[in-house]
Amino acid sequence: MNAPDRAGLGNAFEAAATGTLSGAPIERVEDERFLTGAGRFTDDVRFEGMGHAAILRSTHAHARIRRIDCTAARALPGVMLVATAADIAQANKPIPIRLAPLPGLDRFLQPTIAADEVRYVGEPVAIVVASSRYVAEDALDLIEVDYDEGPAVASITQSASNATLVHAAVGTNVATQYPVERGDVDRAFAGAPYTRRERFRCHRHTGAPMETRGLVAEWNGSLMRVWGATKVPFFNRGLLASFFDLPETAVDMIETDIGGGFGIRGEFYPEDFLVPWASMQLGRPVKWIEDRREHLMAANHARETECELEIAMNLDGTIRGLRGRVMADLGAYVRTGGGVAVSRLAQYLPGPYRISDFGCEVMALVTNKTPVGTMRGPGRYEANYFRERLLDLACGDLGLDPVAVREMNLIARHEMPWPIGRLVPTEGEGAYDVGDFHSGLHKALSAIGYDRLPRDGALIDGWLHGVGVACFVESSGGGKSENARIVARTDGSFDIYSGVSTMGQGHETVFAQIAGDELGAPISAFRVHHGSTAHVDYGWGTFHSRAIVVGGSAVKLAAAQMREQLDALAAAGHRGPPAEDIEVKLRYDTKGPTYSYGTHVAHVAVDPETARVKVLAYVALEDVGRVMNPLLAHGQAVGGAVQGIGATFLDELRYDENAQLLSGSYADYLMATSTEAPAVQAVLLEESPSPSNPLGAKGAGEGGIVATAGALANAVGNALAAWRLPLTSLPLSLDNLARALREARSAAAVPGQDH
Amino acid sequence: MAAMAFMHYLPNGKVCTIPVMKPAPLDILPATSVAHALSLLGEHGDQARLIAGGQSLMPILAMRLAAPAILIDINGIADLRGIRLEADGSVLIGALTRHRDLERSPLLAERLPLIAAAMPWIAHVQIRNRGTLGGSLSHADPAAELPALCIALCATIELHSPRGVRQIAADDFFQGVFATARADDELLTAVRVPATTPAQRWAFIELARRHGDFALCGIALTADCSPTGAVTQARIVVFGVSDCPRRLPHLESAIVGSAPSPASIDQAMQSLDTVEARSDHHASSEYRLELLATLARRALRQAFGFDERTAP
Ligand SMILES: Cc1cc2nc3c(=O)[nH]c(=O)nc-3n(C[C@H](O)[C@H](O)[C@H](O)COP(=O)(O)OP(=O)(O)OC[C@H]3O[C@@H](n4cnc5c(N)ncnc54)[C@H](O)[C@@H]3O)c2cc1C
Repeated sequence: MNAPDRAGLGNAFEAAATGTLSGAPIERVEDERFLTGAGRFTDDVRFEGMGHAAILRSTHAHARIRRIDCTAARALPGVMLVATAADIAQANKPIPIRLAPLPGLDRFLQPTIAADEVRYVGEPVAIVVASSRYVAEDALDLIEVDYDEGPAVASITQSASNATLVHAAVGTNVATQYPVERGDVDRAFAGAPYTRRERFRCHRHTGAPMETRGLVAEWNGSLMRVWGATKVPFFNRGLLASFFDLPETAVDMIETDIGGGFGIRGEFYPEDFLVPWASMQLGRPVKWIEDRREHLMAANHARETECELEIAMNLDGTIRGLRGRVMADLGAYVRTGGGVAVSRLAQYLPGPYRISDFGCEVMALVTNKTPVGTMRGPGRYEANYFRERLLDLACGDLGLDPVAVREMNLIARHEMPWPIGRLVPTEGEGAYDVGDFHSGLHKALSAIGYDRLPRDGALIDGWLHGVGVACFVESSGGGKSENARIVARTDGSFDIYSGVSTMGQGHETVFAQIAGDELGAPISAFRVHHGSTAHVDYGWGTFHSRAIVVGGSAVKLAAAQMREQLDALAAAGHRGPPAEDIEVKLRYDTKGPTYSYGTHVAHVAVDPETARVKVLAYVALEDVGRVMNPLLAHGQAVGGAVQGIGATFLDELRYDENAQLLSGSYADYLMATSTEAPAVQAVLLEESPSPSNPLGAKGAGEGGIVATAGALANAVGNALAAWRLPLTSLPLSLDNLARALREARSAAAVPGQDH
Repeated sequence: MAAMAFMHYLPNGKVCTIPVMKPAPLDILPATSVAHALSLLGEHGDQARLIAGGQSLMPILAMRLAAPAILIDINGIADLRGIRLEADGSVLIGALTRHRDLERSPLLAERLPLIAAAMPWIAHVQIRNRGTLGGSLSHADPAAELPALCIALCATIELHSPRGVRQIAADDFFQGVFATARADDELLTAVRVPATTPAQRWAFIELARRHGDFALCGIALTADCSPTGAVTQARIVVFGVSDCPRRLPHLESAIVGSAPSPASIDQAMQSLDTVEARSDHHASSEYRLELLATLARRALRQAFGFDERTAP
């Protein structure tokens, strides 16, 4: 299609014909500044006379604060401010819930700073501002806190007993409890020829972005400016304004470049109040950069859940029903997104299968550990592992082929839209919109060369080989709406303003691709601005893989309107760039979530004597509706898979029985590095464009991680088939696998000890 | 990475609980010679700590597990760096020799291939560029490779103090978790590895949670053989399992005396020593002991050319 001669960039029009940019593997325009060191991250924001904050954190899991003595700290030269709850008027004002306000959760909100009781190791107790971070930390050493240590709740089981209460005033540790059901699950189980019930556990870990949290706040007497905002800057602006009784217009959140988010960075935390508060007190800019030890004990944790799950099957492998009970450890307080993962976990337990009868009891409990939030694929990673592992265990019992059983039960293309019922109490009925789950399974198997792979414990050079398969479906495109604003400049260039923020995915590139196609202009004609509250009236932010699905759709529609205006100018005889700036503002309202789906296949080799696992090949296949930029989408899929593979074997936040954190540094919290990352093959399909948005896009940021634990546990189980290991608990660490083997060996003298 | 795993078994029992990452105030004094370093050590006593590569000490300082007022920087003492072949065939390695120099030395690759083979297992290149032999031996992490290598190679360690110079066998140097025979006022200056015969058999094998992490269990092994192939002397050292690297004397005796075969190695494994294994959140003592049995057998097989499996 030929671009009409239209007002705009003059000869730049020749560079791009309409419809050629979206879908092209265009390198990120952001890369140049990142690779040349020109990125501007929060710590790069510096002001003359700026103070440096450090936070004193609780060293106890559960204690009453008898007394805090700040005298020596205040007297230290270079110290500008030492404050505790006693000094902060808003100390008791809790941080509200942003997402998933499940019944009962609001009884457990976190205050901005602990007043007379601390409930987890890492809880803020005092804030110090000094001339440098060094001096601020010297001052932390001088603050004397007199704690009266009490008993701590360190586990879900302990919490459920209610013997020790995390919040005595509430009277229970059960933060929320509700049943969900679709169909008639009791009927499905009645008379079932086969059932199996297992108790699963997913371990506590976290997103751990490369750049920790950080903020610079500056109060000039009438305006609060905060650098380092990300994820949901508009929501956080509203919240911060409410803490200070300021109008929202008196707060500006400014997005800087960011070293990853993974869901945990950018939520409103205590420090998001404390640092601006300190700047207001001092009348000078204050910087706080979280260090890694703080990060591991103070930023959101994720994923810790137990799940009893029972499947009913016919002997041919047809799933009759699924039922269970989920218990999530929320940590000491319910944070902004504390209820998301557990509610999504229950929702995604049935997954992509034709399971009309499903029921689940959902419970979320508080413990004396760091509060949890969302992490990439919240609830999906856990649910997928529980279900996919149970499926393989059932196949083992019945002597059925795991691939054939999945084929038999996957929802077929012609059954779409498939109603999923109302499985989240804060939402209405839902339905999988469109998808060919079978095609995803088949293409993943062929991508890894399934038929030729050694598996079922085949022994090669001392290693036992196994292959595992896991299918998934997951939603994306949350948040009701998104705003976009485009300004055509008189020099022929365009500024695009979006209400979404970035975690580093490459929005500046993809939004320019989308707008470029509409306007017939090349990437270089666009400057993309995002994340900061000054750009648009409101923005819903970046989470739930919504940036392209919702934010991109808004950009597309705004660009289309811009094109109409420019076309009208051209029709009126105007040539070249507009004589004055033309602005288009648009709000795009979503029609609800859309559903990505796919299959992961893992090929592993296990050394049965040392329990070492090598991931030899890994395929992560996902249908994302429409691939806007294959380079970036593949990056998301590979990155997600590597993060999930690492999490499944390594990442673990461990606590001792007194709820003291044992994994407080990267010496103890292990993540996959380049030497552990296998070559992941990401396959992206565009077979089922979403009917929910004008781009046809589905979320592509989370599918890479969702099925990792399921595929890997099944692969390891398949390699060690001789021992029939349940593998119902994560992580699959060396120590845990070795224990499972030891127990299996002592339970029965099975051949294979001496390979 | 497990460089900071010392947090959980620091000798004084201190565990850093206040999360800080900036060292307390300190002065750095550069030492220009061994004598200068010793006089600074004498002058400042327990106020001062030596710093070499800083790869173990810096995290300790950053977390304020130690807060010396003074760091004596020995990096400028040129005499302490280098690898030299002595007339008697022994090899002298200066305390400031970086891990990376050990890894890439043609002399070591030829004369002491055990060292060359083990070095890539230590941390990552960036750390090996800074970390030093003397720092690793003085720090004495129970899971460090170099202490075990020194024992397996029958090395002696040279210490300088105002009282003079003394040589101590590596066998006697390591005494426990972060505990050595070095006195506070002594500077570790060099390691001497006696001449080995080209026919010496050796093996190095370890298992860590990730590449570059401290070992959960490792074995460093040397064995001298007679012309008929019979083992005349063996040194089998396990590290990562107990409080410091330890020889396995019973296993050593069981392998000495005849030319090993796969069957005789399996037989010798019956004599595997009882070792007290530590337990932490990376590995239980049961698992460490299982690894010891597996890796010791594999190391023996590897040393005598019976290894059929891919690493480790
Ligand atoms: C991420 C990471 C991973 C690591 N992994 C491993 C590993 O897998 N295996 C391993 O063995 N090591 C590992 N290390 C440690 C590394 O090898 C250190 O370099 C080494 O242990 C200490 O050497 P250094 O020169 O850095 O010593 P420094 O940190 O400078 O000093 C360590 C201690 O030794 C003392 N000291 C130093 N030199 C002398 C001397 N000449 N005489 C007397 N006392 C002295 C210091 O006072 C201090 O107490 C790792 C380190 C890091 C950061």
